[in-house]
Amino acid sequence: MKTPFPFSAIVGQTEMKQAMILTAVDPGIGGVLVFGDRGTGKSTAVRALAALLPPITVVESCPVNAASTAECPEWAELGSKKRVKRPTPVIDLPLGATEDRVVGALDIERALTRGEKAFEPGLLARANRGYLYIDEVNLLEDHIVDLLLDVAQSGENVVEREGLSIRHPARFVLIGSGNPEEGELRPQLLDRFGLSVEVRSPTDVAERVEVIRRRDAFESDPAGFMATWTPQDENVRDAILRARKKLAKIQTPDEILNDCAELCIALGSDGLRGELTLLRTARALAAFQGARKLKRAHLRAIAPSALSHRLRRDPLDEAGSGARVKRIVADVLG
Amino acid sequence: MSVPADSWHRAALGLSLLLFDPHRLGGLHIRMRADPARDRVLNALAPLAPRRVHPGISDDQLFGGLDLTATLRTGQVIENTGFFYQPCCIMLTMAERCPPGLAARIAQQMDTDAGHCLIALDEGAEPDEALPPALSERLPLFIAPEGRMPDHWGPVPAGTDACDPACVTATAQDQEALTLLAAEFGIDSLRAPLAALRVARAHAAFQGRGSLSGADLEVAVTLVYPQRATRLPDDAPEDTPQDADTPPPPPPDSDENDPGEQGEPDSLPDGDILVDAVRALLPADLLAGLVPAGTAPRSGGAGAGKARKGNRRGRPLPSRPGRLDGTARIDLVATLRAAAPWQPLRRQAQPDAPGLLIRPSDIRVKRFEEKSDRLLIFTVDASGSAAMSRLNEAKGAVEMLLAQAYAARDHVALISFRGTGADLLLPPTRSLVQTKRRLASLPGGGGTPLAAGLEQAAQLATQSRARGLSPTVVILTDGRANVALDGSPDRAAAAEDATRFAGLIRAEGIGALVIDMSARPQDALKQLAAHMDAPYLALPRADAQRLTGAVSAALGA
Repeated sequence: MKTPFPFSAIVGQTEMKQAMILTAVDPGIGGVLVFGDRGTGKSTAVRALAALLPPITVVESCPVNAASTAECPEWAELGSKKRVKRPTPVIDLPLGATEDRVVGALDIERALTRGEKAFEPGLLARANRGYLYIDEVNLLEDHIVDLLLDVAQSGENVVEREGLSIRHPARFVLIGSGNPEEGELRPQLLDRFGLSVEVRSPTDVAERVEVIRRRDAFESDPAGFMATWTPQDENVRDAILRARKKLAKIQTPDEILNDCAELCIALGSDGLRGELTLLRTARALAAFQGARKLKRAHLRAIAPSALSHRLRRDPLDEAGSGARVKRIVADVLG
Repeated sequence: MSVPADSWHRAALGLSLLLFDPHRLGGLHIRMRADPARDRVLNALAPLAPRRVHPGISDDQLFGGLDLTATLRTGQVIENTGFFYQPCCIMLTMAERCPPGLAARIAQQMDTDAGHCLIALDEGAEPDEALPPALSERLPLFIAPEGRMPDHWGPVPAGTDACDPACVTATAQDQEALTLLAAEFGIDSLRAPLAALRVARAHAAFQGRGSLSGADLEVAVTLVYPQRATRLPDDAPEDTPQDADTPPPPPPDSDENDPGEQGEPDSLPDGDILVDAVRALLPADLLAGLVPAGTAPRSGGAGAGKARKGNRRGRPLPSRPGRLDGTARIDLVATLRAAAPWQPLRRQAQPDAPGLLIRPSDIRVKRFEEKSDRLLIFTVDASGSAAMSRLNEAKGAVEMLLAQAYAARDHVALISFRGTGADLLLPPTRSLVQTKRRLASLPGGGGTPLAAGLEQAAQLATQSRARGLSPTVVILTDGRANVALDGSPDRAAAAEDATRFAGLIRAEGIGALVIDMSARPQDALKQLAAHMDAPYLALPRADAQRLTGAVSAALGA
């Protein structure tokens, strides 16, 4: 296994990095959608994130990474009940995955060889308490998308098929990436992502050269490169842990709640999920920056990524929704 | 354009480098049809001992899974390990048929594990048959030799003075030169300069040098950049009218930056020399097919089109005997039913085996039938006569239909005909943004080459049907066909050609709809519609709104 490129060494793409860090601070934000061209560091950032995340405590043999034996689903046949530290799971959902692989299915091997009815957990079980990464999410087949929508919403995977009736927790942060030129995403799925970020190839030559320089240094001398950057990654990890502790104590003044509502009304976003995500993300940012109180600056910093994908899509609108959000944020927040 | 001998020389160079350092370079994309010349190329790759893999390979074989035959024979669970988890060299044959799902998994594995080497054999004949972008993006080397293979062709083995590519030092200027050059050719992805750097290193090591020289960089850019270029350096926008709203290219200031300031002029070739080296190798059709940077022209059909009969979703069909290869779902009840009659016989043969005795031949897999995605091919008359009166209304109507197509998740394609021929402005896509952009920039004027429009539409319809879409052709015209297929302004021949293609569209069973947007309904157009077996709508005073209503009614949307 190759060591992933360190997160802190990724040049630029601050919005994407910030969004990923914030979901690590508060998994309740509900995922990140990264849209952009090929070769802009989307997959690099996701792989790097996996290495950056703090470990979680799990029951060793639990298929859904439960924290204690009481939380393990009753159908799981537990072997070792020891609690161990594991890296936060980052599970890849490949494009061609069948429904069986995603939600889990009857364990065919055991059904056929031993005549036993047993459940073979799928990717959703493995992603519980971690991340589910879908590359080229806009090319995902519709029936898999439907499954994901339901599970991402309820946090529980219910399997009713082939004589099985099984449920298990499936709370994960959804990370999707794709190229919008290759197809669009259904608004229902868009809405399930807490944040959406657009990445572009850096247009600044110096920045591009720096990317190549670091990547080349990483490839020629991985050990030396990691030695330089691991301390920085550790700083980020510590900051995430500190922010998690602080999160509950962040004060939210009423004016800020008001601002959130006004922003969402001005943008005409559907439903209340916009306000909730806006608030949660702003709090996560405040906690990460070590602030005690939520301020307008926090809202302003995250409003584009929290709201741009929630606007009612105007198929005849050219400029794209990011610009619209920025304009209205400037109007409302001054 | 390159000379055949040159292209063979470059192919030999690419192969030599891959043979020299396969695992660090990571792969090669060969675009050639099967012929004796390709056999020689593949023979030259034999030292890598590549494993042949076809696009239909199951995940089980590639990434490991249950070995069903062995499991059922022994009654024990037997797993086979997929060979792709180990660093290895695989050769993907018929790579242009590789489904995006498989491409994504291979790409993922290549990203996470070092040491894989992928040789993609792309036999695509048409420009839209090509390796999935997820893979072509990650394969550094590309060879597509043309013409006759020179005598005594073959890669050169590394000499005894070759050193380890990891020891080759690259200066900051080298890195900068490669990055700048990629930007000048409109290559957005940063994987390209990295790949070029790896190739340059391999070339230097191959020749036994410890640091990069100008020759190494030149070899690297000629092997890596030409097939990725999306524009020519300092290219005026007149070649790419659609390009107007893409961000301006990064300042092409490599010439000032490179040798002058760094004070190391002899280690670097002049930026212009590198540019010329790549420019000479650009495919001949680059200018014709130039696309705005960042758009993916071939992506329309990938991934989204569905075969009509699949085994994953849709209305259930009776199950069939099959193999459990990870793509199909087992129909357990049917499998047990198939195994049941044989139990006493098998029990005699295997008295001690536990449980049911099931053989691989009993396995039944589920099948489903689904409706395939619809593709609306808008064929718009942009001739002078149409432009005068109705082009804007037609554009408005198409935009409204687009909004509907978006809601229904239909795919859309756009063809316009004017002057002497027809252009495919937009290959099938679901991306509204692109469609709108192309539509807005659609110019008008010239004659009415109706036949050319119909020909283009029919071609696209048959192609997209092969990809599992159900095409419908919507023709908006004012009907006065006056340019024949060969471009000559001959009314009689033009009408005859148009009728011929109308017949073809009917024979192919492609759904069609003719919208007459001339001020007085044309009898000729009505007959043409009859030839196509298509509904005919005369909309002399239609506004966009009415047109939309009429079209959706006619299409049964």
